[in-house]
Amino acid sequence: MRLPRALAGFACGGLLALAGALMQVLLRNPLADPYILGISGGAGVGALLAILLGLPALGIDGLAFVGALGAMLLVFGLAHGDGSWTQTRLLLTGVIVAAGCGALVALMLAIAPEDRLRGMLFWLMGDLGQAASAWPPLLALAIALALAMPFARELNLLARGLLQAQALGVAVNRLRHAIFLLASLATAASVTTAGSIGFIGLVVPHLVRLAAGNDQRLLLPASALAGGALLMFADTLARSLIAPQQLPVGVLTALIGVPVFLFLLSRQAR
Amino acid sequence: MNVPLLAVHGLSVEIGGHQVVRGLDLDLMPGGRLAILGRNGAGKSTLLATLAGLRIPSAGHVELGGTACTALSAREAALRRAWLGQVQADPFGSTVLETALTGRHPHLGRWDWETVRDAQIARNALAAVGLAGLEQRQIHTLSGGERQRLAIATLLAQAAPLYLLDEPLAHLDLNHQMAVLERFAGAARDCGAGVVMVLHDPALAHRFCDRALLIDGDGNCELGAVDTILTAGKLSALYGYPLRQIGDCGRRSFVPA
Repeated sequence: MRLPRALAGFACGGLLALAGALMQVLLRNPLADPYILGISGGAGVGALLAILLGLPALGIDGLAFVGALGAMLLVFGLAHGDGSWTQTRLLLTGVIVAAGCGALVALMLAIAPEDRLRGMLFWLMGDLGQAASAWPPLLALAIALALAMPFARELNLLARGLLQAQALGVAVNRLRHAIFLLASLATAASVTTAGSIGFIGLVVPHLVRLAAGNDQRLLLPASALAGGALLMFADTLARSLIAPQQLPVGVLTALIGVPVFLFLLSRQAR
Repeated sequence: MNVPLLAVHGLSVEIGGHQVVRGLDLDLMPGGRLAILGRNGAGKSTLLATLAGLRIPSAGHVELGGTACTALSAREAALRRAWLGQVQADPFGSTVLETALTGRHPHLGRWDWETVRDAQIARNALAAVGLAGLEQRQIHTLSGGERQRLAIATLLAQAAPLYLLDEPLAHLDLNHQMAVLERFAGAARDCGAGVVMVLHDPALAHRFCDRALLIDGDGNCELGAVDTILTAGKLSALYGYPLRQIGDCGRRSFVPA
C-alpha cells in the first residue's frame, strides 16, 4: 500500500493550507500564498543545486530546507523594522527575493545536463514520490497547528489592521514576527518534503472561508484538514490517471485549483 | 476618583520631522471632555494615537489610569482606554456582530470564546448607534456612515473608562452626529468616562466638551476651558481664515466672515 505517501500528502497539504491562511492574515492580503515571500524559491534553488551536484535524496531535502531558511532569513532581515511601512516592505522584499530565486532556478535548468532535467522539473512541480517518511511533515503539521491556535482570536483582530488590533489589546509586533516564522517554517517543511506544490495554500483558505466564515479559530484547523484532504485526493489522481506513469501532483492541484479560484473570484465580484 | 484617567507630562510628539506638540502637560479626570482642534496636517491624529499609547512620544510620558503606558501590556492598555481610528479597512469579510464583538477581546482570556453576555453587550452597543437588526450583514455592504457607527459600537463594547476618538463624526449625517456626541457626553456625565476627541466643528466642541486643545501645527498648543479658548480671535488665527462668532442661549457657533 501507499499509506506513508498518502499521509505525507495529507501533512504537506495541511501545512501549505495553514501557512497560506496565516500569510493572508499577516499580509492582510487575500491573494497571499505560502510562496509569496520567497520560501519556495529559496528551497527550489537549494534542491536544484543538490540535484545538479548529483547529491542523494537526503542531500536534496537538506539543501532545500537550507535554501528555504536562507530565503526566510533574508526576507526577514531586509524587511525588519517598525513603522507603518513594514507590511508593504515585507511583501515587496518577499516578492523580489522570490523573483531572484526564480532567476537562479531558470539558470540552473538552462545549464543542467539532460539526464538531470526531468528530476529537476518534477521537484519544481511538486512530487510526493520524493517523500521518504511521513512522520516529519505530520509532526510539523501537529506542532504548527498547536502553536497557531492559541493566537487565533488575536489573528482575527490582526486581519482588521495593525493599529486597530493593537488598540484592542494585541501585542502586534510580537505576534507578526511569530506568525511570519511559523508560516515560513511550515512552508519550508512542506516544500522540503514534496517540492513546491501550488495552489493548495492559496485556494484552500478561500474555500474554507466560503463554507465556515473568517473566524481563524475555525479557519486554521479547517484549512489544515481541507488542504490535507485535497492534496491526498490530487495525489491519488496523479498516480492513477495514466498509470503506470505518474503525473506530478503539483500539476493536478493547479488544474483543480485554477478553475476553482477563478470561480471564487468571479463570485466575489458580484 | 482622584486618579486621572489620562495624565500627560512634558509630552513632545514628532512625525516625519514635523513637531506636533512640545512639552504638553494634561490631566483628564473622570467626567472630563477634551476637544482637540487644528488644521489638516497639524498632527491631531498623531497626538491622539500617542495618548492612546499606540505611538512612542519623542519626549515625556503618558499615563493611563495612573500607570505609564510603557509599563502596560497591550491588553491592560485596552482595558483602560478605547481608541477610534480614522480608517476602517476590511480586506476580509465579516458580519456586523462579529465586528462589534472584537471590542470584547481584551476582556477574554486566551482560550475563551465570546459568551452570551459578550454577545448581549455587543448587541446593546449596536442598538445604541442605531444598527439593531443589521447584526448578520456583511460589513462591506455597509455605507460609510454605517461603517463608522459600527466602529463606534465596537468601541462601546470595549467598555473602557477613557474614549479617544479620532474624528468620530466622519461620514455621519446630522442626526447621528448629535446622537454620537450626546452618547459620549452622557457617558462622561453619568458614568464618569473620560472623552478626548478630534473635532472639526468648534461649535460642537464648545457644546459637548469642557476643555479644548488647539494645535497650531508648529509645535505650539493652547489648552483651556472652552469658553476662553474657543473664541473668534483664536480660531481665526488657528485656521488662518477670519471667523465670526454667533451666540445663542450660551451656545456658540462660528461662520466664515
